[in-house]
Amino acid sequence: MIRAIDRKLLRELRAMRMQALAIALVIVSGVAIFIMSLSTLDSLYETRERYYRSHHFADVFASLKRAPESLAWRIRRIPGVDKVQTRVVAYVSLDIPDFAEPVSAHLISLPEAGPSLLNRVFLTSGRMPEADRDDEVLISAELAAAHGLGLGDGLRATINGRRERLTIVGLAMSPEYIYQIAPGAMFPDYARYGVLWMGREALAVAYDMDSAFNNVTLTLAPGAGTGTGTGAENVIDRLDTLLAPYGGTGAYAREHQLSHRFLSEELKQQQTIATVFPLIFFGVAAFLLNVVASRLIGLQREQIASLKAFGYSNVDVGVHYAKLVLAIVLLGILGGIGLGVLLGHGMSGLYREFYSFPFMDYVLRPRVIAAAAAVSIAVALLGTLHAVRGAARLPPAQAMRPEPPPVYRATLVERLGLQRWLSQPTRMILRHIERRPLKSLLTTLGIAMACGIMMIGGFQRGAIDHMVGVQFGMSQRADLTATYTEPTSGRSLYSLQSLPGVTLAEGFRSVPVRLRFGHRGYRTTLEGLDPHGRLMRLLDKELAPIVLPPEGVVLSDYLAELLQVRPGDRLVIDVLEGDRRTVQVAVAAIAEQYLGVGAYMRRSALNRLLREGDAISGAHLAVDSPRRGAVYAELKEMPRIAGIIEQTSAIRAFYDTLAQSVLFFTLIATLLGATISFGVVYNSMRIALSERSRELASLRVLGFERGEIAYILLGELALLTLAAIPLGLAIGYGLCAYLAAAFESDLYRIALVLDRGVYAWAALVVILSALASGLMIWRQLGRLDMVAVLKSKE
Amino acid sequence: MEPLHSATHPTPHRPRRPDVVFHIEGVTKVYRMGEVRVHALRGVDLDLYRGELCVLLGASGSGKSTLLNILGGLDTPTAGRVLYGDQDLTAAGEGALTAYRRHHVGFVFQFYNLIPSLTARENVAVVTEIARDPMRPEDALGLVGLGERLDHFPAQLSGGEQQRVAIARAVAKQPQVLLCDEPTGALDSKTGVVVLEVLERVNRELGTTTVVITHNAGIAAMADRVVSLADGRIADVHANAERVAPRELSW
Repeated sequence: MIRAIDRKLLRELRAMRMQALAIALVIVSGVAIFIMSLSTLDSLYETRERYYRSHHFADVFASLKRAPESLAWRIRRIPGVDKVQTRVVAYVSLDIPDFAEPVSAHLISLPEAGPSLLNRVFLTSGRMPEADRDDEVLISAELAAAHGLGLGDGLRATINGRRERLTIVGLAMSPEYIYQIAPGAMFPDYARYGVLWMGREALAVAYDMDSAFNNVTLTLAPGAGTGTGTGAENVIDRLDTLLAPYGGTGAYAREHQLSHRFLSEELKQQQTIATVFPLIFFGVAAFLLNVVASRLIGLQREQIASLKAFGYSNVDVGVHYAKLVLAIVLLGILGGIGLGVLLGHGMSGLYREFYSFPFMDYVLRPRVIAAAAAVSIAVALLGTLHAVRGAARLPPAQAMRPEPPPVYRATLVERLGLQRWLSQPTRMILRHIERRPLKSLLTTLGIAMACGIMMIGGFQRGAIDHMVGVQFGMSQRADLTATYTEPTSGRSLYSLQSLPGVTLAEGFRSVPVRLRFGHRGYRTTLEGLDPHGRLMRLLDKELAPIVLPPEGVVLSDYLAELLQVRPGDRLVIDVLEGDRRTVQVAVAAIAEQYLGVGAYMRRSALNRLLREGDAISGAHLAVDSPRRGAVYAELKEMPRIAGIIEQTSAIRAFYDTLAQSVLFFTLIATLLGATISFGVVYNSMRIALSERSRELASLRVLGFERGEIAYILLGELALLTLAAIPLGLAIGYGLCAYLAAAFESDLYRIALVLDRGVYAWAALVVILSALASGLMIWRQLGRLDMVAVLKSKE
Repeated sequence: MEPLHSATHPTPHRPRRPDVVFHIEGVTKVYRMGEVRVHALRGVDLDLYRGELCVLLGASGSGKSTLLNILGGLDTPTAGRVLYGDQDLTAAGEGALTAYRRHHVGFVFQFYNLIPSLTARENVAVVTEIARDPMRPEDALGLVGLGERLDHFPAQLSGGEQQRVAIARAVAKQPQVLLCDEPTGALDSKTGVVVLEVLERVNRELGTTTVVITHNAGIAAMADRVVSLADGRIADVHANAERVAPRELSW
């Protein structure tokens, strides 16, 4: 048996179903994005954790030149080490049928017998290669998919300078390559980089690694910890000491492993999205609920008085209206959970495709649902608290009397003596705005919020264009970058220079280092460049090229901030190659850089620092585009060239990646902004119309035309909208700055660049949605009932 | 719920009859309407007796509605005292007044104040659901002659019918007092008579103390006593020798 007062509630809900639905939809959006982001986040964490556990992902990784297998025994004896797996790993270039561009791959050994102790592969199809077969390989499922390769297909690889024909016997994934990215590249490019696995015996023969290894991974004993400043640091230090004589390039913990790090960054961004966007939605929902509840309670003034005259208490009345709000919110929460789960499934599925996960466990924690519900309810009640309290507190006798004429005053403008220039209707507009300053402010703020959200979309696209333009148009301008298998004499540049089609070749030297300043440290590569090079230039804050000084290092701005250094400070550099010397070098300048975390110096200075002659690690090349194919073919034939990175494909890969992770939100943000701005403008005008329909109809009775009364209502809307736009643009700038800061990582930074188009677009959409709601109000003004006004009581 | 205060010191110079329901003493009321101060009552002294039908007569602005609101616990006087039996309404807090309205008073308003989203039956149920010993809503509606229109919404009822629903709603809780503010004010005379007949019948059959306010002097003849208000003061109190049936009233 439903109580009569609850039946009143249900009927009223049905009567205002369109408004209720509009508000519920905003809550649905907020809850859905909240649940989508957090459940996707939980799913990714959970899946990654399970994958790491089930496939024994290592805690520490290290590469070296060559060490005898017997060293493994000593590594195992380092306190805190659990399992140790030695491997042979090579960087090879592939020749895939019908694909002219260079493809590089990591070729990793599989143990001779039994499954790997660590970093076990997941076989998606086929079988494991025989340990001694030098022509059987597993290839990463992504590489296979990018080229349509399947079991039994062949490809050619340049292994240690020899061209070998390989047959694919299986497709695989590995926890080590969830994010499959070529060294030196910034984004995955599945067509041009992949991973191959081959039997240890066969690979050892090819690289002269019989009973030897050049790569080792290990897990830490439980309790040793994996972060910096824990047992892991000790293990890494002792491992470095052990490997140093064998050309170790420095061990690193899981948190610095490329795939793991990229994934962690992605998860961090997901977290930001899970907080910022729902917050905006909930704010708007609270505003709309406040507007609608205040209006409803205003209309039910007399009913409230009657209920209280019958003996309903303040609490009864308050609860009654709170129930109405909760009913709307509940609808929103239920819809939001449904949509959120659906989107969460879709999103985690997308991540499964985007990353290389063999499975995806969708995880929806009860606490995520509870948090979404609690936040929605809290926000809604907070938004309507004022109105509901007002309803409860209204003294019954006062409610029974007609509402006293609202108190208006001469506005500031008029008090300043400007009223001569204002018509009566204009005075009405100004006085109305001034009489309800909070409401006017909230409406303005709501529209401004919508305007701000809209800017996020334009900002991200613009910022990415700017980043690409600066990074690849002004800084990294090489068409191709070729890397040698090991440092080579600078004279080798001539052979590259003389290739037909190559217009310019500039050598570079790169060496892995650890930079230290005070207690801060960072592992990166130190790159030696030509001071007047044209293919790889560093840019200052004004984007003017920096001429590398004869001495000292130039750091990217992000790295300088990480290490908290300024020009003039002296950095400690641990070289992680060759004789592993430690030197001190002054910071000469800071360079603006959006991608990566680089450190640079003049190549001659770096050669001197390493006590070597004129050595280069590779070269940046400018190539005539029609002859690019021929240049690839020539480079593939050069045994000393380990890998080639191509500029245009790097840019394409960059866009592909960002298109999926960032631009997805551009669409959402724009759609959202338009919806919110329409919702806010329409709702506040619709309510203003119903509040003032008596007044406006009376004016019509007195002989005002529709246009004249429309001016009173729509003039207010126009004024509030115009006030909201500059505020909105400021809010938008703030939001973009926040997102730019939140998305900042050592992989890339988003530049806070907002061109005039972004501002103009946001303003335009707000104006258009204001016009649309104005048009709808205009039509409703035509239906004002003048006769009813004269007859009805007041 | 806070208890109503007991009046331990009844005024000595006006001995109280044992059947006094309301004892009103020096009541004044000033309220603000926008930025204007309105003196609605300027010192009213009056006793109302059990079971009587009393008409408060006065022009608009005479203060009769304010007096009724104070009697019903909807409003509190600026100065003076109102006793309901032994209980001091003027000293009662919000909670006590709510309980007083809930259990002792029935209201009938000029504009009916039905809840438009509820049917006739449900409009009555809204009150009976929180009352202590109510009639069934159907019986209350039967009493006002609307037994056949239980499931009609206010918009489907005529003005007279709506007012009868309002009366049914007011009497359904079996209150000690029934307070009616211009119950016929929005009705034509024929419909008005039907409504007054219902009020008269409730007063006669249930013995409910009934206060009716009106600006229509013609109605006064149906009352036991007629109290005339002017300018916030009692101008005249007149007892009718005999009550005239509403049917025979001349408007």
